Amino acid sequence: MAYADAHDDHGPQSFWTKYVWSQDHKVIAIQYAGTAILVGLVGVALSNLMRLQLGFPGVFKFIDPEHYYQFVTMHGMIMVIYLLTALFLGGFGNYCIPLMVGARDMVFPFLNMLSFWVYLLSVIVLMVSFFVPGGPTGAGWTLYPPQAVLPGTPGASWGIVLMLVSLAIFIVAATMGGLNYVTTVLQARTRGMTLLRMPLTVWGIFVATILALLAFPALFVSAVMMLLDRLLGTSFFMPALITMGQVSEYRGGSPLLFQHLFWFFGHPEVYIVALPAFGIVSDLISVHARKSIFGYRQMVWAIVAIGVLSVVVWAHHMFVSGMNPYFGFFFATTTLIIAVPTAIKVYNWLLTLWRGDIHLSVPMLFALGFISTFAIGGLTGLFLGNVSVDIPLSNTYFVVAHFHMVMGVSPILVVFGGLYHWYPKISGRMLNDTLGRIHFWVTFLGTYAIFFPMHYLGVLGMPRRYYAYEGYEFIPPSALHLNTFISVVAFVVATAQLLFVFNLLWSLKYGRASGPNPWRAASLEWQTPDTPPVHGNWGPHLPVAYRWAYAYSVPGAPEDFIAQNAPPEAGGFEPEPGHDTATRGVPA
Amino acid sequence: MRGGEALLRSTGVPRDGHEPPRGFEAMRGRPRWLIDPVSVGLWVFMGVATALFSLFLFAYVMRIAGGDAAAIAWPKQVWLSTALLALAGIAMQRAARTGPSRDEAAARRALIAGGLLAMAFIGVQLWTWSILSQAQVRLNGNPMGSFFYLLSAMHGLHVLGGLAGWAVAVHAAARGDDARAARLTRLCARYWHFLLFVWVVLFAALAGITPELAARLCGVQ
Amino acid sequence: MAARPVQGGLCMVMAIALIVIVVGSVLFHFLSPWVATPLASNWHQMDATLTITLVITGVFFIGINLFVVWTLLRYRHKEGLRAAYEPNNHKLERRLTLFTSIGIMALLAPGLFVYAEYVEPPKDALVMEVLGQQWQWRYRFPGPSGKLGLTDPRFVAGNNPFGIDPGDPNGREDIVVNSNEVHLPLGRPVKVLLRSHDVLHDFFAPPFRARMNMVPGMVTSFWFTPTQVGRFEVLCAQLCGMGHSNMRGYVVVDEPQKFAAWLKEQPTHAMALAPPAAAAVAAAPGDRVANGKALAQSKGCVACHTVDGSAGVGPTWKGLFGKTETMADGSTAKVDEAYIHDFIRNPSARVVKGFQPIMPKLDVSDEEMAALTAYIASLGGGAARP
Repeated sequence: MAYADAHDDHGPQSFWTKYVWSQDHKVIAIQYAGTAILVGLVGVALSNLMRLQLGFPGVFKFIDPEHYYQFVTMHGMIMVIYLLTALFLGGFGNYCIPLMVGARDMVFPFLNMLSFWVYLLSVIVLMVSFFVPGGPTGAGWTLYPPQAVLPGTPGASWGIVLMLVSLAIFIVAATMGGLNYVTTVLQARTRGMTLLRMPLTVWGIFVATILALLAFPALFVSAVMMLLDRLLGTSFFMPALITMGQVSEYRGGSPLLFQHLFWFFGHPEVYIVALPAFGIVSDLISVHARKSIFGYRQMVWAIVAIGVLSVVVWAHHMFVSGMNPYFGFFFATTTLIIAVPTAIKVYNWLLTLWRGDIHLSVPMLFALGFISTFAIGGLTGLFLGNVSVDIPLSNTYFVVAHFHMVMGVSPILVVFGGLYHWYPKISGRMLNDTLGRIHFWVTFLGTYAIFFPMHYLGVLGMPRRYYAYEGYEFIPPSALHLNTFISVVAFVVATAQLLFVFNLLWSLKYGRASGPNPWRAASLEWQTPDTPPVHGNWGPHLPVAYRWAYAYSVPGAPEDFIAQNAPPEAGGFEPEPGHDTATRGVPA
Repeated sequence: MRGGEALLRSTGVPRDGHEPPRGFEAMRGRPRWLIDPVSVGLWVFMGVATALFSLFLFAYVMRIAGGDAAAIAWPKQVWLSTALLALAGIAMQRAARTGPSRDEAAARRALIAGGLLAMAFIGVQLWTWSILSQAQVRLNGNPMGSFFYLLSAMHGLHVLGGLAGWAVAVHAAARGDDARAARLTRLCARYWHFLLFVWVVLFAALAGITPELAARLCGVQ
Repeated sequence: MAARPVQGGLCMVMAIALIVIVVGSVLFHFLSPWVATPLASNWHQMDATLTITLVITGVFFIGINLFVVWTLLRYRHKEGLRAAYEPNNHKLERRLTLFTSIGIMALLAPGLFVYAEYVEPPKDALVMEVLGQQWQWRYRFPGPSGKLGLTDPRFVAGNNPFGIDPGDPNGREDIVVNSNEVHLPLGRPVKVLLRSHDVLHDFFAPPFRARMNMVPGMVTSFWFTPTQVGRFEVLCAQLCGMGHSNMRGYVVVDEPQKFAAWLKEQPTHAMALAPPAAAAVAAAPGDRVANGKALAQSKGCVACHTVDGSAGVGPTWKGLFGKTETMADGSTAKVDEAYIHDFIRNPSARVVKGFQPIMPKLDVSDEEMAALTAYIASLGGGAARP
């Protein structure tokens, strides 16, 4: 079947159908990524506004408690949902999956296009909440009732409504996208591309998408029920209460029901962010250390195990919620069990570096930064998962430090690493190396300086989500000075991100031409006939995969990598299951 | 030709109406996945919807264990709507049946009937709502009422979504694209059975899981 | 086209950075002034488990980072170097899995043992109820019957802030503490029952370690035994609205005799229901201001109204008295005694421009009103009329 025939379903393409209403996964990926990065910059700005108040309390008169809690809430929701989830699944997922599995596009291109525009709509609805009477909600990203819909919390009249509507719209978009990613992985792999030959990037995004499809419904359920409580007077989550001196009409509802539903979504959500990061970083380390990822099958099983286990740990967010205390035993146990496959992954990343051939490119810098920051973020999770250790630490800065390290810092370092890594494929040019290194060092060292000391503020007992800490005797003045220091570092780190945005745009025009495979990587996406790949990706013939994606430094091979679609005579096949395969390093 | 089909074409595989596209064989003699992507996509979506309704049911049990829920006398119309949905499923199954004895005209009639009966189901559900609201069962107040309206509304939305797919199938049949119509009808039939299953489970829960039973399930006295 | 060759020397920089991070973190840990507050309860085992966790995770943190340093130094790219080919090693993986599982169990086991004690309060514990409400704390002790009276928001009134059911005989004997400070006896386990009138709160005093959320519509609980005499600050630790960071309370731990004396002084609910005695002797102006200041604390006014001019949920009291205030509808009003009386009695009648209409209705007696007005006046602005 000639290549031309496959695409006679398009008439001549205009600018609009090629770049705006595009059904090409690569264009959609860039649309997702661009929107996510823009909204992420808003999230960074909001965090800086928070830090202005925390570092210089009372100095900035426009930051009163109402605005402060609105900044806190919108910062959290934007970063978790509208930046990280959209970027990993909609951005990286859309771009990488078809190319890495050898497909021409996603299996439902029209639905894929719709999913971006619905996501954009959800972002717009969220931004509109800044402008409604009462402003956006200030209930914390966790939106706990009853406070989220009662006076006393900012945005309890309209802000919360728009937030919940925006989330519902986002969930529709995520479902449309998720159907695509899962079905494409299951159905559109090219010849020879078995599931166990796919790069770990695809595995991470694939399992994360399955989690997303099963977990977002819980957020949808809680959002719909809270909307009904707020707008139509139902009492799903609202017990009998008296607010601001008025006895309310609500009766019988359960705030804990919301928390169970929210965290049934919320915990898998953090793995929806983390699993793609795990997959991508495995590929970054492998390519830039010229060594096959250590224990590929165990890495796959670890991703699957983490995904499955993540569904049964949610109530570790509720140890002090007042739920049945005996649940604490169960959830502490499952939470600490999930540490085992996670630790295996860390060991395997380290063992990939071991006896590798480490090129310290900018992607590798970010990958190493990930290992270090994920180590600390993951290890502090062991404190919080162990129920009795969690009791004094819950809702303190220890929690804030933990989740920023493990969700805000390490996956973001992977986002950067992945963008530096794949930018040449997307655009045909390299990102500027010097700017990249400055960006890395400021971000890596800066986020350490911000979040490492924060753990200690949490152990001290400083609670989170506080507008001000004046007048508490147990908080020494040095802690307030530390807050000022952290704020200043945060402003510097935020500014450095502008360097990255500048680099992205500048390099489009002035970046050094990269050629088709500057990193000399083996996976399929680097083997496209055109760079950037054209519509349909592969030209007249789809590639055939003869081996796994990690044929690096194969003994006896002329080069230190063998492309996945190189002819079978080139060797480099994946290890037989159940057998150990190892040889000593062979000089080139 | 739509994007999905262009994709299938581009794998260099001949495609006819009945035989599912091949071409994704793995090396090493692994079994072939003989399913088409839209079918897989529908299974995945059914998984998502199952998660959604399961979570609604979990919320239902947890909420009515609270002690302020009172049982509701279900109007007879609910049995009527359930029967209509079952009939719709039967009609769809008849429409989807393939084989040498297939009578195209009868299949087309059955397809139309399947859609009309689903629409009738929605109509009777709305009728049930109006009867309940006249009996002072409101959305706010008794949580049994809240959940009935909420769960039937969610289910109804999913039926409406199915009707959108049905409309595409009918359009394909009207245009004479029999292969596409047959494929879409099979998928509609599967989805109709799923909708019936979900509705039966929801209604069984609303009618059968009393506040006392829920309290015992939740370990609350 | 090959990528520009990357100097292996850059590996040194990263290695040094990681070493600095490791050394810096360890130094920071030992030199940091930010440590847990001194323990004032029986939950020393929580601290011990935290220390065990810190040691084990610390070893892993240091080990992982130093391992990366070693690989950077030893395996950085050099001309002619090729990576080894070792895609897996099942024996090693099995050993690592086993070793990690043992480490995890070593962490989990002590934690669960401590938790098993946490969920079972001692039978002879003193019962105290904490009532949380936006944005103040109140406390209640059971009377001689040992049972607290039932409550419902419907019964909340000026003289019944707890919402105690008048039909419940146990309730009349409850000892009510209508301020944000409560006393507890040293050395006796106390089971803290937690209730909320409106939203989620959390009763947290860091030196006690133990704490729990309070959920409207439920009664939750935790227990601890105070082991140090002193006055401990209570924080609300679950975001509860705009006054969250100012919802202050105090727990004073006394010797048992002092506690008993304090408890005897507290009114019962029955006494609180009775109309206030006309024992409101007009205090001297100085005392009135001091009373007003104390009331501002105990009634929770400070949650929203600052006294130093800084931005808060409500208008600051500094310089308020005598000022001409603008309302949201454009009208103006002079802040005098009548203004303050009206606002406290009927907070939702008017909204000051730039603020939210969320001032709660509090019950304030005439004498308390005079004290609060005197205090507000003393904070600057015009003088109060004598």
